Amino acid sequence: MIGLTYLAAVLATLPLLLILWHLLKKGATSLSLEFFTNMPKPVGEAGGGMANAIVGTLTLIGIACVIGLPIGIGAGIYLAEKRITPIAHAVRFLSDVLNGLPSIVMGIFAWEFLVRPAGHFSALAGGTALGAMMIPLVTRTSEEMLRVVPVSLREAALALGYPRWRTSISIVLRTALAGIATGALVAVARIAGETAPLLFTAFGNQFWSTSVRQPIAALPLQIFTYSISPYDEWHAQAWAGALVLISIVLVISLAARFVTRSRFGAPVD
Amino acid sequence: MTAVAAQAAQKDRRRLRVHGADIGDRIYEIVTTACALVVPALVIAIAIAIFAAAWPAFAKLGLSIVTSSDWDVSSGHFGAAPALYGTLVSSAVALIIATPLAIGVAIFLSEFSPLWLRQPIGFLVDLLAAVPSVVYGLWGIFVLVPMLREQVMPFLRDRLHLGATPFFSGPAYGPSMLAAGVVLAIMALPYISAVSREVLMAVPRSQREAALALGATRWEMIRDAVIPYAKSGIVGGIMLGLGRALGETMAVTMVIGNRPEISASLFAPGYTMASLIANEFSEATNDLHLSALMAVGAILFIITLIVNAVARWLVWQVSRGRVS
Repeated sequence: MIGLTYLAAVLATLPLLLILWHLLKKGATSLSLEFFTNMPKPVGEAGGGMANAIVGTLTLIGIACVIGLPIGIGAGIYLAEKRITPIAHAVRFLSDVLNGLPSIVMGIFAWEFLVRPAGHFSALAGGTALGAMMIPLVTRTSEEMLRVVPVSLREAALALGYPRWRTSISIVLRTALAGIATGALVAVARIAGETAPLLFTAFGNQFWSTSVRQPIAALPLQIFTYSISPYDEWHAQAWAGALVLISIVLVISLAARFVTRSRFGAPVD
Repeated sequence: MTAVAAQAAQKDRRRLRVHGADIGDRIYEIVTTACALVVPALVIAIAIAIFAAAWPAFAKLGLSIVTSSDWDVSSGHFGAAPALYGTLVSSAVALIIATPLAIGVAIFLSEFSPLWLRQPIGFLVDLLAAVPSVVYGLWGIFVLVPMLREQVMPFLRDRLHLGATPFFSGPAYGPSMLAAGVVLAIMALPYISAVSREVLMAVPRSQREAALALGATRWEMIRDAVIPYAKSGIVGGIMLGLGRALGETMAVTMVIGNRPEISASLFAPGYTMASLIANEFSEATNDLHLSALMAVGAILFIITLIVNAVARWLVWQVSRGRVS
């Protein structure tokens, strides 16, 4: 029986290693400077890239952060201060529920309010869907980071005459800022890879576009389109794109682990 | 200074100090409360958006959305039963594969693993949750599906003679319910494992020591003292994994074969509700088609809402000592 748990541990770590191995093997060969700087080329022409998709993903992340970060941090501050009131319980519970909703439902939500009335797809709709997905993540991590700040710090500031709002912002928030920034980065890593909400909000774009009111390309969308196509060049591009995407996610995850571990001594799991 | 002027000056000072702090505090309260209330408002807004748009389809088609298998856009029939079946079956297969593995890993990490191995392996398993689903789909199309088609499916059907049962019969296309189940299992595993690990480590030492003192072997201690204590938390973790598997779109769309038919065999291609929405939403032509897709989305929304709420409640019950 004990041996079975060892076997389970091996089998559970195997898929990740397999995926990373295949990504490196098939993606590294198509990865070049052209990949980051060129626009997608028609099938048959060499040297295509995903520049518009990478810039598109960055644009969408930017819009999502503008929406998701202030609301998420504000909600996190609220939850950290009013810990056990009924509203706080309800907000925490609903935040977890929101976190577990399928991402395509978020896409439907953004479509209903931003695409249908406007009559066209837009980067704004895609960014809003992603921002709505960021809110529960940022809320939870902000709340946990703010709770770790010792109460004595807050009490000392209050004793010295700081008003409540000033203590919360200048003292408590500033102390927890590194952890909150890390949480925000982890949320960004999570939404950077989301495809389903973008399928009918940002929609994808073959051409260079940074306009907020037009459809925009995104790295995961491009990977999806290329991988279900019948062309080998596009498959190779899809592998390269996936390698770039997972590298970003892995680097952010590792950095987040490192930062939150060394901050307060005990590992914050 | 005269007494009256001194009194007036003191009242000004007091009013200024209280007034400044009061306004700042009030704004602070309003802003943070508004931010916090965005969360419930968002959930309600999503529900309203989906149900309002789905209502025409529910009114016109009624229960046939979930009972009929005929999804015919041009004639106005929208029966999403194969999609509902596919969602439930692929998630069930995923849980059957993932749960023993996840609980096994959790037990390994909380009981048997040497201390230096605990962090790395825990990190690697948690990292599975960070991989984007489109990357899982890509890997699924080009690595998993050929492997299933050429090695695993013939092995299951012919070598193990499971082809006699209806679940493993039929030609091995590759893209199939089994492929979707395996990919979903890999995606659900970190969620089940993370929660299980946490609740297993939260079991008090006294429980473990009491079992050992009564003469139990290590495994008996785990089976009889630790796991029953952590049972509701583990079930909560399983439901969390289930919630993830039910709503997963991209990876499933890429490996399930997208065939809207109900089939008993796991080797046959299938369809899920999320894939249905993903495939047809941007091309929906008439209003009824769109409304029918919204109706499927509404059903998915309700199912995942319930599963996640129950999961959250179960996990919360275990950690009730902490304010979580």
